[in-house]
Amino acid sequence: MTPAARYTRTAIALHWLMALLLLGLFAVGLYMTGLKLSPQKLQIYSWHKWAGVSAFLLVLLRLGWRLGHRPPAPPATMPRWQQLAGEGAHHLLYLLMIVIPLSGWLMSSAKGFQTVWFGVLPLPDLLAKDKELGDLLATVHQGLSYGFAALVLAHTGAALKHHLVDRDDVLVRMLPFLKTR
Amino acid sequence: MIRKTLAATLLAALAATQAEAVEYAQFQPERSNIAFTSKQMGVAVDGRFRKFAAALSFDPARPTAASARIDIDLGSIDAGSKDADDEVVGKQWFNIKAFPTASFVSTGVKALGGDRYEAIGKISIKGRTQDAVLPFTVKQDGQLATFDGNLTLKRLDFAIGEGPWADVSTVANEVQIKFRIVAARK
Repeated sequence: MTPAARYTRTAIALHWLMALLLLGLFAVGLYMTGLKLSPQKLQIYSWHKWAGVSAFLLVLLRLGWRLGHRPPAPPATMPRWQQLAGEGAHHLLYLLMIVIPLSGWLMSSAKGFQTVWFGVLPLPDLLAKDKELGDLLATVHQGLSYGFAALVLAHTGAALKHHLVDRDDVLVRMLPFLKTR
Repeated sequence: MIRKTLAATLLAALAATQAEAVEYAQFQPERSNIAFTSKQMGVAVDGRFRKFAAALSFDPARPTAASARIDIDLGSIDAGSKDADDEVVGKQWFNIKAFPTASFVSTGVKALGGDRYEAIGKISIKGRTQDAVLPFTVKQDGQLATFDGNLTLKRLDFAIGEGPWADVSTVANEVQIKFRIVAARK
């Protein structure tokens, strides 16, 4: 059995699209919470929520694709513990990409602000308005997002280490424009 | 003789109950509420006023003689979130330092048939007064009468939300108001 040398074009496209989207969501999320209430703040919150729902749908699409397409195997030269750590980190990234938008949706419900995707498609409010629960979910949403950001930093660092120190294919096979060595 | 007296007493008693006009006039704040729904970025957000007073008089036999005055303590607003509560009492919204109350004063009541009525009057908010028609229904239940109604106000008619907030694409101009006023018999 020879695993694919590269990720599929779809997997690469989804990876980088989500990378941009999630980076934007994180930055906007950090920025917006400190804003004084204004029409702009309401707009930014809505955009953040719309983008978050979009990211949630994209990650489902991505998981579906991932289940149908085996990713390339890690380099055989990689120590076992690193292979396991990489796999664990990837699973955790997927888990957080699902749980973070869900926590945001539930937080919105509990805070009494329904999520209406692009102002058109209303998502059901799974929780009744409850201030304390809303505040708790806000903390959860924020904490998970920081955790995700830390994991993304580790993920990026590991990819760069593969490319610059180990000089293997791990980064390049996820890039749309570089040939594998 | 005894029979005659009894009949007379009964008649007198009957006449007395009929003459005693039924009048619902004692406002029951604990059973009443005034809620509203605004739209922010196309999403409905619920709010309410915790404190308001109503002075009213309603006689089911003479509904068109009814009158009502409702005064809302704007500082008692629950606008959906702490952020919003702090914002809407400010100058650009209700400016409660200068205009602490909003009021409705009826000038007349029209019967629409069945238990449906219309209170005609004036709404005053933030120093601006507008003619208003409040459709409502009345349900009598023993000692209590419940007046339920709703109306849609345009917030900009009263300069509620000035400056950047006047943009109705973020916070819609229309605000739905739902009220329930309960009064006991006098």
